[in-house]
Amino acid sequence: MVTARVAVLLLVLLAACGSPRPVVLPPVDRAHLRETSAFAVIEDESERSRALFLEASRVFLHPRCANCHPNGDVPLQGMEMRPHDPPVTRGPENGGVVGMECAGCHQDRNLAHARIPGAPNWHVAPREMAWVGKSPRQICEQLKDRERNGGKSLEQIVEHNAHDKLVGWGWTPGHDREPAPGTQERFGAIVAAWVKTGAECPEEGTKP
Amino acid sequence: MSITVRVNGTEHRLDVDPDMPLLWVLRDLLNLTGTKYGCGEALCGACTVHVDGHVVRSCVTPIRRVDGASVITIEGLSPDGSHPLQRAWAELAVPQCGFCQAGQIMTAAGLLRKYPRPTDEQIDQSLAGNLCRCGTYSRIRDAIKAAAGVKS
Repeated sequence: MVTARVAVLLLVLLAACGSPRPVVLPPVDRAHLRETSAFAVIEDESERSRALFLEASRVFLHPRCANCHPNGDVPLQGMEMRPHDPPVTRGPENGGVVGMECAGCHQDRNLAHARIPGAPNWHVAPREMAWVGKSPRQICEQLKDRERNGGKSLEQIVEHNAHDKLVGWGWTPGHDREPAPGTQERFGAIVAAWVKTGAECPEEGTKP
Repeated sequence: MSITVRVNGTEHRLDVDPDMPLLWVLRDLLNLTGTKYGCGEALCGACTVHVDGHVVRSCVTPIRRVDGASVITIEGLSPDGSHPLQRAWAELAVPQCGFCQAGQIMTAAGLLRKYPRPTDEQIDQSLAGNLCRCGTYSRIRDAIKAAAGVKS
C-alpha cells in the first residue's frame, strides 16, 4: 500500500497553476528517491518546489530519521517507532541525562556485535524540531523557521542534509535496519532543488 | 594497535584489537573484575564505568575510544571503599545478589557528581538503565539519598 501510495500520480493543483492536466511523476518504490530531473515535468516552479519537498518528506518521515525527531522527550526505535529501550530522556542538551547519556552507549559508528547504532554526535533533535506526528507542510514550515531550525539559513539546511554525518547515518543504519529512501547524495540534491525553486511548502493535506 | 589508557590512576599501554570492548580489557587483561558483564548490549548497566567523568557502558565501548582517557571503575571509586555511596550501600544493606550493584553505584556516583542533592525524578531518570533482577530499587534510591544527605 505504501509502495502504491508512493507510486501514485502526483496531482498538481490544477486551480493553482491553471494546468489543463495532472502532472505525472515516474513511479518510485519505497526504497528509492526520484532524481531531481524527474521533477522537470512540472512546469510551474512553485509547484515543482512543493513536489520536491514532498519527495524529501519521505526521508524526514521515515522512522530511521523521525525516530530521533520525536514529539516529546523520548526517542523512538524500530520501524514501529516504539519508545527507546532502555528508557532514556532528552535531558537539558538533547544528549540524555547523566548516567543515561546517548554517548554512554552509542559510539561514533555502528557496533556490529552489540547491534547498537552509532554516528558522530549521536543525540536527539531539539524539541522544536519534532517531526513525529507532523504533516509535510508543518515540517516544511518549521524547517524554514530559524526559531525552529537551529538558526540555519536555507543554504545551511541544504549543507546539513547533504553532508552531516549523523543525518547520513539514516542511509547506513547497520544491523538489518531499513535505511531511509534513496541516498544522502540524492536527498541533498532534492533539498537543494527545493531551495532553488523557492523553498515552497506543500499544501496542508498533501502527501508524497 | 597500541592504546594508552589510565585506569584508576594507573597508566597502561595495551597492544589490543582497537574494537575490543573496554569491559574485556578491564576484566580479562587488567583483572579488574568488579565491573560485571551482564547483557553485552548496553541494556542492563552492570558494566558501567566512568570515562573522563562520563558514565558509559564498558561492554559496548571499544577500547580505541578510551585511548588517552581516564577510566574509573568500582575499584577506583575510593581507595578504601569509603565513598559516601559505598558507605550508604553498606549501611542500608542494599545488595541482594549484588551482581548489578557496581554498575548501580557507578551510575549513582556520576549522578551525585552532577547533582549533589538529586530529586526523585533525577534519580529515576539516571538509574533507569541499571537493572536489578533482585528488585532492590527502593533501597538503591534510599542509599543515594542517604549519601546525598537528602531525606527519604
